[in-house]
Amino acid sequence: MAQLTSSDGYLSGSNLERVLRAGHFAVTAELGPPQSADAEVIRRKAALLRGFCDAVNITDNQTAIVRMSSIGAGAILAREGLEPVIQVTCRDRNRLAIQSDLLGAYALGIRNVLCLTGDHQTFGNHPEAKNVFDLDSVQLIQMVKTLRDERTFQCGEPLRGTEPRFFIGAAESPFADPVEFRPYRLAKKIKAGANFIQTQLVFDVAAFELFMEKVRSLGLHQQAYILAGVGPLKSPAMAKYMKENVPGILIPDELIQKLEEAGKPWAGKSKDELTKEEKKARSEAWKQKGIEICVELIQRIMQIEGVAGVHIMAIEWEEAVEPIVKGAGLYPRPVVEPLPA
Amino acid sequence: MIIAEQKPFEEIKRSIAPAHKVLVVGCGTCVTVCFAGGAREAAILAASLRMAFKLNGDPKEITEVTVQRQCEWEYLDAVAEQVGKAEVVLSLGCGVGVQAIAERFPRTWVVPGLNTSFLGMPAEQGVWVERCAACGDCILGLTAGICPIARCSKSLLNGPCGGSQDGHCEVNADIPCGWQLIYDRLKALGKVEMLYEIRPPKNWRASRDGGPRKIVRPDLRLIEEE
Ligand code: SF4
Ligand code: SF4
Repeated sequence: MAQLTSSDGYLSGSNLERVLRAGHFAVTAELGPPQSADAEVIRRKAALLRGFCDAVNITDNQTAIVRMSSIGAGAILAREGLEPVIQVTCRDRNRLAIQSDLLGAYALGIRNVLCLTGDHQTFGNHPEAKNVFDLDSVQLIQMVKTLRDERTFQCGEPLRGTEPRFFIGAAESPFADPVEFRPYRLAKKIKAGANFIQTQLVFDVAAFELFMEKVRSLGLHQQAYILAGVGPLKSPAMAKYMKENVPGILIPDELIQKLEEAGKPWAGKSKDELTKEEKKARSEAWKQKGIEICVELIQRIMQIEGVAGVHIMAIEWEEAVEPIVKGAGLYPRPVVEPLPA
Repeated sequence: MIIAEQKPFEEIKRSIAPAHKVLVVGCGTCVTVCFAGGAREAAILAASLRMAFKLNGDPKEITEVTVQRQCEWEYLDAVAEQVGKAEVVLSLGCGVGVQAIAERFPRTWVVPGLNTSFLGMPAEQGVWVERCAACGDCILGLTAGICPIARCSKSLLNGPCGGSQDGHCEVNADIPCGWQLIYDRLKALGKVEMLYEIRPPKNWRASRDGGPRKIVRPDLRLIEEE
């Protein structure tokens, strides 16, 4: 990959970059910061993820709900010895604020950034807020790259002193509309400077294969590392909800049936007829199946040419990451030493 | 044109309650076409207000007049006498009309009767839709004549976000996704490749972000400025 690199041959030298460059199948996991200033929550979740992924992706006010900032949470994570990928959205900050935050994030030891458009604020808990969207995600990627490779601010002024050297991530939703444009939008993001890509959750491997076919025909898998988004389903109801309501998520009926079967011993009874223990047992059975399905998905996705890793989204269920990673045979995670300078 | 809608009746009532002599001023241009503040609406509103205050035991002298364009001085001058007699002017013009009255009649208290909503057009009988956000640097030539600033909920410039599904925007199913529309039209015109190009960040200074805007056309000025 022809890129400007720092003296050690890496763009950022982050663990995620090193693992991918060394040719390992990468694993990242997602961590949602708390709706409070409690650092302990981050440390608790970090403990659940430690050793099971190469980097931890921290959401930036996901679904437009106020939470601890991704940079703040990322700094705590870095202190805990885990590697953060901070999400940055275009919803809440303009080009001034984002660049300033990027300088601060780098100074705090953060080396990976995921550039996103951001969910619309009307989804969240401050629907009356004014949005920003000064930049879009493609322009954001470009800005992060320009800071790193040209040591220049977005306005064109030179950056004197230490430049922030981030490993630049972007997202793509393979099944959102217009579907046929998605690989080209991905191409735009890579042209703008994305080094790694995280996809929206994949449950329909056949559909994802078609997407990857197009990605390969455009040569995109050779220009950026593509991490497929995966995640465990918690219950048939959650699966149905996501299928119906979340844009760009395809869930084959067969997966929902598998979950329903796992809950069969308790089927035919309404919610009120089940005891607390029975509900708990049913929920456990569903979760077990959800993890199993996720492991199978990863194993199938690993066979697809051009997929460089998986990003596991088990938000508010970080405990699931360990059994998924182990189940998929992706444990232990590789240790890649930095190249000598 | 400018699309507006009438404020809730109770809000209007409250805003004129302290006055006795009220002049409702309609406008014969945009807000007439969108049935929000023309002569007809001014007459109906004035009558309803007269009735409501009378029922409350607080009869008021409420009259109405409609000017051809509230946003131009010369049309306002024609009603200067009536304005002068009113304790409050209830403007049924857009926000520009209200301000034109305030500026032309420094001693007149003026309140808005409309919420000025957007620049748009009627889509069908009784339905108006937003089309332009007056960004000051039109890019319709790059987007097949469909505005991503006004018609994409996030004003994106490089194509649809991940929330586009079945033709509608992630914000809600009633909003068509502006980028799906752009994509479809570019495709129909055989120009989809235009979307493969990266569009740089927009210069928002031409928009409201540069502060209140003004256009000066020296070629049209009456007085030589040299
Ligand atoms: S690009 Fe700007 S000027 Fe053109 S229609 Fe859209 S908002 Fe209006
Ligand atoms: S869904 Fe479409 S209109 Fe809505 S924000 Fe995304 S691109 Fe814009």
